[in-house]
Amino acid sequence: METRTVSAARVYDYINVACVDHESARNVVCGAALFVSGSMGNFRFHQYQVVGRALPTETEEHPKIYRMKLWATNEVRAKSKFWYFLRKLKKVKKSNGQVLAINEIFERKPTKIKNYGVWLRYQSRTGYHNMYKEYRDTTLNGAVEQMYNEMASRHRVRQHCIQIIKTATIPSKLCKRESTKQFHDSKIKFPLVFKKVRPPSRKLKTTYKASRPNLFK
Amino acid sequence: MLQPFKRYVEIGRVAFVTYGKEYGRLVVIVDVIDQNRALVDSPEMVRGQINFKRLSLTDIKIDIPRVPKKKTLIDAMETADVKNKWENSSWGRKLIVQKRRASLNDFDRFKVMLAKIKRGGAIRQELAKLKKADVA
Repeated sequence: METRTVSAARVYDYINVACVDHESARNVVCGAALFVSGSMGNFRFHQYQVVGRALPTETEEHPKIYRMKLWATNEVRAKSKFWYFLRKLKKVKKSNGQVLAINEIFERKPTKIKNYGVWLRYQSRTGYHNMYKEYRDTTLNGAVEQMYNEMASRHRVRQHCIQIIKTATIPSKLCKRESTKQFHDSKIKFPLVFKKVRPPSRKLKTTYKASRPNLFK
Repeated sequence: MLQPFKRYVEIGRVAFVTYGKEYGRLVVIVDVIDQNRALVDSPEMVRGQINFKRLSLTDIKIDIPRVPKKKTLIDAMETADVKNKWENSSWGRKLIVQKRRASLNDFDRFKVMLAKIKRGGAIRQELAKLKKADVA
């Protein structure tokens, strides 16, 4: 009776399958404990690295191990997505495969503003299309969340109809979209044209106000 | 030259946080992420992003390069004397008074009541004197 031990040391033929991120592939858990509200908010989509392979059989003792980086709301969904994509690429299913590792990938430098390019494939009412979108954000998860929101609002495409092909941080020179390029200005300056008067907490909200609010400045 | 806007979102602009967990904090806009968000920093907090809807721009602006190191930021804030400028500005003074009033205990409020009565009395005395002088 052979014991099937899959230790981290015995990783043969480590092949990246789709969703290869051009950023660092290492899992870095954000160490700093004191994060202020703002940057590291609660992301709807988390980035996971899922590693899996087919189960070893008599004919194939050491099947190839595949790794995928994908976005999902939780780990369970991430594993499910992993098998979905792997099934389309290799002859392996969840029933005859095993997930070896699943780790969440965190942002390396969440205080640095980056330009993210997202390549995606989505299903519209008439067929499948590819798209390339650019976002400016501090974290990749934030950019992906922006992407899902934008696709839903602009194209009425829901989350399950979107497949992220690739994401990458783009240096400012290579950005294609004017809406991201307009912020590549080291002396950026603009006024806030409309000031919405808001009570500092929802508890202090009132229907009627004593005086007209000052919307200017 | 009359400019319609006096306070701009720019690198180095000091802003006041008006909503959320960071309410009441003075932060410096360190970079602009996009149309709605800025990267802000402050000596006591980790650099983070914040929506412009949660900020109120002030008149104070400091001279910093884009996204400076924490130490550079603190030094720039010292040279520009942000803290004193803020506390001497009418906005800053109002906030200090509000905070003081909110932190009064019952005895303090009693003292305030007596002080108000005394002040009112003094004003009315002066007014009476002036009225008398007017009549005469």
